Amino acid sequence: MILRVMLLFLFISPPKVFSPDGTGKKLTIVMNIPDTLRTQITTLNLLRECSDGKLDTLNILPFLKTYTDNELDYRKEYRYKILAYSNGNLIYESEWSEYARPTAKWFDKGKLPLFIVMMVFTIIMIFYIAQARANKPLYLRPIAGLEAVNEAIGRATEMGRPIIYINGLTGISDIATIAALNILSHVTKRAGQFETRIVVPCYDPVVYTIAREIVKEAYTTIGRPDLFNPDDVYFATDSQFGYAAHVAARMVREQSATNFFMGYYFAESLILSETGASTGAIQVAGTDSVAQLPFFVVTCDYTLIGEELYAASAYLSREPLLTGTIKAQDLAKLLLVIIMVLLSLLSLFNVNITLGLF
Amino acid sequence: MRHLFEKQIPLALVFIIGIIMTIQYFVPHPTSQNVYDTSLMWSRAISSMAYVMAIISFLRFHTKRLKNKNYAPYSLVAILSFTAMVLIGFIGGTAKDSLFQKIYENMMVPLQATTFSLLAFYMSSAAYRAFRIRGVEATVLMITAFIVIFGTTTIGNYVPKMNEIVEWIMAVPNLASKRGIIIGVGLGVVATSIKIILGIERNWVGG
Repeated sequence: MILRVMLLFLFISPPKVFSPDGTGKKLTIVMNIPDTLRTQITTLNLLRECSDGKLDTLNILPFLKTYTDNELDYRKEYRYKILAYSNGNLIYESEWSEYARPTAKWFDKGKLPLFIVMMVFTIIMIFYIAQARANKPLYLRPIAGLEAVNEAIGRATEMGRPIIYINGLTGISDIATIAALNILSHVTKRAGQFETRIVVPCYDPVVYTIAREIVKEAYTTIGRPDLFNPDDVYFATDSQFGYAAHVAARMVREQSATNFFMGYYFAESLILSETGASTGAIQVAGTDSVAQLPFFVVTCDYTLIGEELYAASAYLSREPLLTGTIKAQDLAKLLLVIIMVLLSLLSLFNVNITLGLF
Repeated sequence: MRHLFEKQIPLALVFIIGIIMTIQYFVPHPTSQNVYDTSLMWSRAISSMAYVMAIISFLRFHTKRLKNKNYAPYSLVAILSFTAMVLIGFIGGTAKDSLFQKIYENMMVPLQATTFSLLAFYMSSAAYRAFRIRGVEATVLMITAFIVIFGTTTIGNYVPKMNEIVEWIMAVPNLASKRGIIIGVGLGVVATSIKIILGIERNWVGG
């Protein structure tokens, strides 16, 4: 009886409903239930009515103050009502909210700064590509790890032992893997010129199919399609530590002269590179995985740090169009450094405009 | 004709899809999300085909190795394990209490944990190599590592100001260098993506 009286008093205050983003699929419901009642609620339901008359009950966690309803249709309208229960007894029932429609937008304003930065960077890149097309000489600073690629291949040739090349442990959707595959093409061409065997154990099935084609094409490009051995580019396993065990075993048994670790790595990085170091192989690593970089720096002879991995293809090919993009990267970095220093100085004088920009 | 199918068409497809997906990233509209969801389904379909090729590669690799007495035992184990898991999975299913799951949980998981645990030994030998004093940088590295390692131990907690020093090392010089690398990586990712979309980088189709 007391609960029923309470219910009459609290039969007010409809939930507030709004569209949180422009995806056209979500509505956020703010439930203004009095705090005095919160502790008593054991079951909280949201009654959803669609403009086509369909009614649904959503069971949500009792302590939630806001709830985002997903997978809605932006062509329909929805309204909500709160039903709160305490051990099966209804203790709170709100009025129906106003009808609201999930907003569907054609541009995400939250991504505007990113869009501007991307456009500026693209313009800088196109400018430097145009410069490269006009045959203007572009200077590239020497990168020790890339200078060492030829040395590493040469060592394998002298010793008559294979090169092991690893493309990282992420799929083809990761740009680091694509960068690694680009470098694989260069390394294969160079190794092919000296008839040095290159072994590519793969972790991901899609990466395997692409790596196989890249190696095959690289040999064809240098006029030595006969050097391609399909058994040297193969799918090992997609188990992280199974893969580490397989590659480590190959390094030890075949005493590879050179190991390349390019792409993105996880905890297996040290197992791979330390095993390679123990066999005395010359090792070149390149990764953008910040957590694994220290392991590679310690265990490998040369390490391409972060962006150097992405610059490698241009650096090795010395193709003007590709080197133009590296100049663009350097200029963009310079601009970012200037902006960061300026904003840091401004914040020292309590002029904080960074939050407004990003 | 070969050049058209192996070079020109893939490059054209990458250009068109690359531009569409770049625009899609900035458009939250459901139509744009549908394009994204469909592309994900396509990529899953392509992945499943790649798995077929990968399994053929796996079996061919190990079958050939059976002829070599040095590798034969390992390859035999690989082929038998693979065949057994496939058969058990097909016959008994892969539900929670199935034999497939039991083998996975009682064999695969411990084997992976064993390989993972090797890291402790590898870390020790790698640390020894890193901390050998060979120059100024190695000395700075060794001193910093000593402070951080010591500061995070139980004894380190009793040394005054040690926790603050460790926190400062992790939050200022360590984080600053990490962010520097991450900014470079971000620009590298965008540059590589643009190079591939515009067809400037074409090593992935053989150069």
